[in-house]
Amino acid sequence: MLRWILGTRGPHGSAENRCAAVCIGEQQPKNIYTELQVLRGHFDIVRFLVQIDDFRFASAGDDGMLIVWNVELWDTDTGQRLCAVSNLQSSIKCVLVLDHLDVFLTGGSELCVWNKEFQLQCKTVHYRDSDITALVDLPKCCVAAAMDKEIVIFKLNLSEPETSIMAVCQLTDHQDTIRALIRVNDDLFASGSHIGEVILWDTLDWTIQAYERICWEEPDREGQSELKMGQQRQTDATIQHLYTDGERVVAAVGSGLFVYSTQMKRVMAYRKFAHDSDVLYTTLLHNGQVMSCSEDGSVRIWELQELPLPAEPASSGFFGLFSTIGKSSKQGSVPSKKLPEVSGLCSLELVGDLIGHSGAVQMFLSFGKRGVVTCSADHLLIVWKDGERESHLRSLALFLKMEEKGCL
Amino acid sequence: MIGSPDVVAFTKDDDFGESYIDPCSLPEEFSVPLFPHANSNPWLKTSYAKFSKDFILISEFSEQVGPQPLLTIPDDSKVCGTFDLNYFSLRIMSVDYQASFVGHPPGTSYPKLNFVEDSKVVLGDSKEGAFAYVHHLTLYDLEARGFVRPFCMAYISADERKIMQQFQLLSSSFSQASECLKSGNRKAFATELEKKLRDLEYTRSVLHKETELQKTNSGCYSTQVIEKANELANVEKSIYEHKDLLRQITSYPNSKRRNSDQTQCEMKNEGETTSVDQTLSSNHSGDEDKPVETDSGSQHSSYTPQLIKAKSAKCFDKRLKTLEELCESGFFHQTMDQLNTIEKALRGDLCFIYTSQVYRALLRNQKITSFLFESEQDHEEEEGSSKNFYDPNHATRYASSEFSGEPVSLDSYTAYVERSQNKLVLEAVDRPPDSSTSDVTQETSDAEMKGSFSSDRSMEAFIHLSPGNPDVFLKTSTACSVTSSGEPGSVVSVAVAASRKQSSSPERDSDLDHVFETGNLVPMDTACCMGQDGFIFDEPLPEPVQKCYEDTVVKHEPLPLLQRDPAVQTDYILGESFLTVPSPSMGLMLPDGNPSPLSEEMVKLNMDDISDNVSYLSTSTSSDRAASPFTYGSPVTLKQKKKAGHSALRFIRHYPFAQQAIFCLLSGRTLVVLGADEGTVRKLVNALLIFVPNLGRYGESVQPWLSTSFQLSDLQRWKLIGLQRVGSPAGSSLLHSLSRYSRYIGILDCDNKTLRCPAYKGTLIGHMADHRTQIKRGSTYYLHVQSILTQLTAKAFLYTFCHHLHLPVSTDQDADAVVAGRTNFLLQLGYTEEESKIICFLSELIKQHYIQGPLKGGSQSYFSFSYISSYLYKI
Repeated sequence: MLRWILGTRGPHGSAENRCAAVCIGEQQPKNIYTELQVLRGHFDIVRFLVQIDDFRFASAGDDGMLIVWNVELWDTDTGQRLCAVSNLQSSIKCVLVLDHLDVFLTGGSELCVWNKEFQLQCKTVHYRDSDITALVDLPKCCVAAAMDKEIVIFKLNLSEPETSIMAVCQLTDHQDTIRALIRVNDDLFASGSHIGEVILWDTLDWTIQAYERICWEEPDREGQSELKMGQQRQTDATIQHLYTDGERVVAAVGSGLFVYSTQMKRVMAYRKFAHDSDVLYTTLLHNGQVMSCSEDGSVRIWELQELPLPAEPASSGFFGLFSTIGKSSKQGSVPSKKLPEVSGLCSLELVGDLIGHSGAVQMFLSFGKRGVVTCSADHLLIVWKDGERESHLRSLALFLKMEEKGCL
Repeated sequence: MIGSPDVVAFTKDDDFGESYIDPCSLPEEFSVPLFPHANSNPWLKTSYAKFSKDFILISEFSEQVGPQPLLTIPDDSKVCGTFDLNYFSLRIMSVDYQASFVGHPPGTSYPKLNFVEDSKVVLGDSKEGAFAYVHHLTLYDLEARGFVRPFCMAYISADERKIMQQFQLLSSSFSQASECLKSGNRKAFATELEKKLRDLEYTRSVLHKETELQKTNSGCYSTQVIEKANELANVEKSIYEHKDLLRQITSYPNSKRRNSDQTQCEMKNEGETTSVDQTLSSNHSGDEDKPVETDSGSQHSSYTPQLIKAKSAKCFDKRLKTLEELCESGFFHQTMDQLNTIEKALRGDLCFIYTSQVYRALLRNQKITSFLFESEQDHEEEEGSSKNFYDPNHATRYASSEFSGEPVSLDSYTAYVERSQNKLVLEAVDRPPDSSTSDVTQETSDAEMKGSFSSDRSMEAFIHLSPGNPDVFLKTSTACSVTSSGEPGSVVSVAVAASRKQSSSPERDSDLDHVFETGNLVPMDTACCMGQDGFIFDEPLPEPVQKCYEDTVVKHEPLPLLQRDPAVQTDYILGESFLTVPSPSMGLMLPDGNPSPLSEEMVKLNMDDISDNVSYLSTSTSSDRAASPFTYGSPVTLKQKKKAGHSALRFIRHYPFAQQAIFCLLSGRTLVVLGADEGTVRKLVNALLIFVPNLGRYGESVQPWLSTSFQLSDLQRWKLIGLQRVGSPAGSSLLHSLSRYSRYIGILDCDNKTLRCPAYKGTLIGHMADHRTQIKRGSTYYLHVQSILTQLTAKAFLYTFCHHLHLPVSTDQDADAVVAGRTNFLLQLGYTEEESKIICFLSELIKQHYIQGPLKGGSQSYFSFSYISSYLYKI
């Protein structure tokens, strides 16, 4: 492709299989994002995006600014700078807002409960070496907090004259530091650890519903050729991010992707090398596509494609990749997954990539048909839009303006 | 007195000329006109004249030396060549029949100022090969005989048809210039009168004292006392007369306005002049006993009144004021600027002027799409130069003059010039150039010829036009041009005195004024303009946008005399220097020895004229700008684009993949020209410039030379980038960005002669960039490209504004059907898939431009692309 310019350093067509597996080239008929808009405003790495409503979102970054943008406007100058957030206290690692209880919790070295007036209601004692890194809301006034290798369930007591919070349970099944903790649906919440463990927990009795250990370094001999690399090195299998739409859990594992079905309690699809570098954020798009962004500066769009039914159950070797340990813990029983039920098995096919950022893409937000906003370490935000839709909208605006001017 | 060639010229198409047809002669269409100078350009009519190109001459009928040339525009001796300006001045000054009588009319004992209309005359001189539009005007000068100084401004061209057919334009624009000059003159005259009045009053007070003194000393009836009393009476009378003159001059605009439309410039001046008048009247009305002390409150307090001798100096002893002194320098410079504008606007061949006028008139109707490929300043260039008044340099210069507020008043004034010009353009265009000679014309010209004055080599026919007979001018001019066409030696001159005094009905007069919005136009039948397509009248003309041009037109002070009479001039200086402070303009500025940048510019222009005779529509006045092919930050002119056409022609000849590169640009994919040598890269960028849609006024869409790596947002801004190939490690980041954004760009490598971009299969661009093209000239090629681009633009316009292509016609029609209809439409237009992309891209630009307005349309806020494979093309 560009080897004629770059000499031998071509990302495409090189001997490296790893690239061959994930490069799509320039022909991307399924990629609808054919228009982009660069939003400037930040002066440092943009790390977070929060959707406000159907059109607006806020971005925050290392420059301590929070900017509110509108995705529908074509004018790039309309981003309103709302306020500058003061230096964040490093001791607070996570915030959880409990709307139904009118309180919010902050996690750090200790767990604090605040009311709407920012008054401290109560807090836990600092009894661990490690801080609380993630918080998730659970039913019955409970919250789950991730602390290093443990998940601690706290119960909030608001009925008494004095609000109190106390630990009720400790889940110590993870073998390494917990990196991600999310609520999947009413029944489940999930956690992911540094060494690639993903555990699904029951929200009520906090039992393990499913346990997956993703071990990239144990490739199966019968695995597809594209996955044969990386045998020598200890591939990073850190669960960087978890995303769920209630049924499926997408995990960013190192530079790979992993889609888990909570209904079937097993892996639906995976891609070991989805990006050239660590995947930082993933999401499931409105059309069922999976989108991931990475430190390599790219955003990739994946489609879950049904694999053709294999003639023989030999393809169950797929599962060999994962040491699916039916870890029979206390109450939970992991259903057997050795069955050759391949109907739900899909492959993650790259259908498009969005190249634009020159730094790591930290996060993105999907606005459905209106497009996707990405934020990056290069201080920019990019809105990716469906070119055809935008063109149509402009035509509408054109005729509307003509009507206003009385030309029609 | 009528020279025989002239008569023949006039009678050629009559039955006298047609009665005898030489059987051996070729039909006219096959005959080759005998041309005296074989090696010169046969299309250039000026070649047999003694001057190289058209120019404007300002002459004066001096009461001391007779007709004399004052200055020429452009002020360059090369322009006039061997052309005898003195002789021609004599010719043009001898045709002023305007009864500009100022003096003591019968019945009154005081001098009366006549506010006369300017007269407009067209005359020719076959010997000199010169034809001229002559605009006579009179300026007031207190020291002059009868207080008037007759002047004339003449547009001199070797092409008689040009004068005739551009008469309206010449007439209106010279009227503007004349008005400006006269406004300044009235102001100066009023100031002069004011000073004179003070002198007189001072003299009176002195005389009064002396008389009183002598009365007491030597009794009432001594001869000395009587003498003094007479002197005093004379002074009193003089004061009265001068006051009357002042009243007349200050009351001018009020009376004038009632009759005809005055320019805004005039209106403003009126205010000023009246204020002067008020100060004057307050000074001189009540306290005549202490006239000297009245100066304290006056704005001209610095002026010390002088004693005036009873007997005025002899006529030949005094130095007459220069034109600049007569008109106040601010007004004078404005007038010069206007004349320069006229000169620029009328440069080139008549055919060319016509075409560009039509072009501009048409372009004005394409405001929605013209931003795509037309350089907007094509017409603004000229209009812009008339906006020199807004130039900060000029502003400061004016500010230093006495009335700093004045030039601003010309704001609406220029708008007015443009408006009237626009209409005139249409007039000229709409008229069929070879309409048959009407009876009216013959009669008129015959009738006038009988009574006309003629010199030995030429004659002037006068046609007095009245609003009641508006067609006469058109037909006459046509007739004359027909009669004399193909007869270089012929002399035809038609003097048209557009005298408003002859207007029979004031209502009609005002109606006409309303239509033309101008005061000094020759009235024309409104029906004849409305009857045409009417495309100029149906919508308001664009508001003039203020633009600052660094127009460095060198202004020469008007010389009181040309260097041909140095003795006389020195005489003046010697005679006057101790009385008045000599103005800086007194120094002799010889046009020959003056190394003005303008003359260099002229030489360059002449060169251009030879190399590319299409023209001078947009002449960049800054020489370095013209030298470099394309500089970022300055407006891209048509001339630059035409020069770019030359490079583009070379590009398509040398690079077989030129079509792909052009496709890239037209479809909105940024093209990066990569190379190590800046010159080569810049040249290529310059060549490709003409294919960039929405180039922007200053070429904002193009970055001709970039040595750092570019960002994504740069691709949003720039559609054509010249990129430096760097060998050092710094270059790797550059190459990295190239590879990273390779899907959004096409890369043209000048060093390796390769192009990497999507494939193009189609015939459209083949027409535009055929490497076997027979087109030789850059400007021709540019026009060829422009015509295809215009077609594309028209299709894109159609595509954009076809309602049913974008919105469902009925409710049952779904979105897919609309999309299918759209695709089908483009196919029916004969465009391939790739070419449809061009149309779609142009359409998006049009939409954005329409929605957001032209101000924001320049920079695209979004950036669209498509995911298609690129290929590598090699030579």
